Amino acid sequence: MRGSTLTTNTIRTRPASGLALLGTELSVLFRRKRTWAMLAALAAVPILIAIAVRLTRSGSGGGAGPAFLDRIENNGLFVVFVALGVCVPLFLPLTVGVVAGDTIAGEASNGTLRYLLIAPAGRIRLLAVKYVGAAAFCLAATLVVCIAGALIGFALFPSGSVTILSGDTVSLGNALGRSLLVALYVTVSLLGLSAIGLFLSTLTDVPVGAMAATIILSVTSEVLDQLPQLGWLHPWLFSNYWLGFGDFLRDPISWANFVTNAELQGGYIIVFAALAYGRFAAKDILS
Amino acid sequence: MTAAELAIETRGLTKRFGGYAAVNDIDLSVPHGSVFGFLGPNGSGKTTTIRMLLGLASPTSGEVRVLGAAMPRDNASVLPRVGALVEGPGFYPYLSGADNLRRLDSADLYAPSRTRSARVADALERVGLSAAAGKKVKAYSLGMKQRLGIANALLTPRELLILDEPTNGLDPQGTREVRSLVRSLASQGTTIFVSSHLLAEIEQICTHAAVMSVGSLVAQGTLDQLRDVGRPRARVQTPDPQLATGVLEKLGMTVQQLPPDSVDTTVVAIFGDKPVEPDTVVAALVKAKVRVRGFAVESPSLEDRFVSLTGEGFNVDH
Ligand SMILES: Nc1ncnc2c1ncn2[C@@H]1O[C@H](COP(=O)(O)OP(=O)(O)O)[C@@H](O)[C@H]1O
Ligand SMILES: [Mg+2]
Repeated sequence: MRGSTLTTNTIRTRPASGLALLGTELSVLFRRKRTWAMLAALAAVPILIAIAVRLTRSGSGGGAGPAFLDRIENNGLFVVFVALGVCVPLFLPLTVGVVAGDTIAGEASNGTLRYLLIAPAGRIRLLAVKYVGAAAFCLAATLVVCIAGALIGFALFPSGSVTILSGDTVSLGNALGRSLLVALYVTVSLLGLSAIGLFLSTLTDVPVGAMAATIILSVTSEVLDQLPQLGWLHPWLFSNYWLGFGDFLRDPISWANFVTNAELQGGYIIVFAALAYGRFAAKDILS
Repeated sequence: MTAAELAIETRGLTKRFGGYAAVNDIDLSVPHGSVFGFLGPNGSGKTTTIRMLLGLASPTSGEVRVLGAAMPRDNASVLPRVGALVEGPGFYPYLSGADNLRRLDSADLYAPSRTRSARVADALERVGLSAAAGKKVKAYSLGMKQRLGIANALLTPRELLILDEPTNGLDPQGTREVRSLVRSLASQGTTIFVSSHLLAEIEQICTHAAVMSVGSLVAQGTLDQLRDVGRPRARVQTPDPQLATGVLEKLGMTVQQLPPDSVDTTVVAIFGDKPVEPDTVVAALVKAKVRVRGFAVESPSLEDRFVSLTGEGFNVDH
């Protein structure tokens, strides 16, 4: 080992904003094989749906199956919406649970949490960076479903102008714009769950525990949402508006669901970010 | 010594886990510019103390000052000036060594992004890992991970290095390299606080030391001070250990452990507060009809001193 003299002007006088930390957070997250595997699994959903519809196109199965399924044969873009309808209740929360549950607990189990904190990253900044990373995954996961769905849809089915749910016909460009709004809607829908995962991740040094707890909460919320006896509770469940993105496929576009959903998710973010902060700010790091 | 000259100072520092005091009321004084050995057997509270020095854990009671500022309150201003290895290295197994250092460096708000790659390469070279920089850490040996952990502590120039068992997992050659690295850093003015359960590994490089035993600080000072406090001992070779013990204890000496009666055994006794000449001891033994076959007085090595302080032997690998 060599004991060289480092030049002394390598220390900043003013602290950085933390953007560099966010940069490496995103690169660590998106260069990880596990992340790629989850994104690939999500991309497989629209592909499987499109192929299945294509293979069975002659014998139209009537009204059964996921929402909008029968519209795929008229326009391939509907593969996107069918796939989102399938992914939103299960596959997306599953992957988001893995990423959000891993945020702090994963660093703890690697032994990197203590080194990030003595760097020093700052505990609040680290929580914020971790949350932004999880939110970026929500966006990426949703976009992967949308892009894979659009590509396979246009490859196997007609493109061109689209007849939307209200019966109006819009241009392809207009429909693609609506798809982006739908992607935004789904991404926002997952932000509350991400905050829950972040909080659960501060409770343990075992990432699998935080992931499982996050996913279980998501399933629980959806089950409660199905029970009519609990109607009073439904508006408070973070999964309540998850499938409300059909609003963007009608004319005129209604923003009511989007706004209510965004407010609800914002509430969850505030509550669980506060809980995560309360837990993590003064926690003894013994991992 | 005034507070300004201390790189690390703790007062009444205590950490309890449940009812158990892992660190019990310790007052550390680590002078600026020293190489300070923090010694103690496994489980004596070294890592727990280091976690509190670095603001990772809060003390149950007591105060910590590092580089003149209170911890954990002044984390943000103190930690950029401190490099540390705590409880072994911690890395992302799926990233390369260099990418791991870039990641951890990006968390240091005072480390400029512009020079990051150059500083990472320099730190890797200092610990002899340049050739393995691009290799994933999961393919590293324990010794390589340990070196990478030390490289992480050297990413920016530091005023204080806190190294928790830096020679763990290193072969004798690696241990020598760590010692020479510590020496060269110390010669540039960095204060170094280095913990170990192996006295022999750091004795040669330390200017100061403290000894922990079950959570308490049992000795602290310069190495010379620590050696001086050790009292000389008498070794009596005799077939009458019981009889000899009685005589020695009457002279105010403490018998370390009584071996069973046999043809030839050695009784070791530490001299007490009252000064006793060795010839007086022999005369008293003979007078009491103890068959003395051998007698020697020896001053303890630092090793003996630590054994007597901690109540257990340091596991010295020769
Ligand atoms: N998270 C913890 N919970 C409970 N006890 C702990 C924890 N961490 C350490 N200890 C206890 O504190 C004592 C000191 O541990 P440690 O500081 O790691 O010792 P050392 O580093 O000297 O080997 C040990 O008895 C250990 O069992
Ligand atoms: Mg330890």
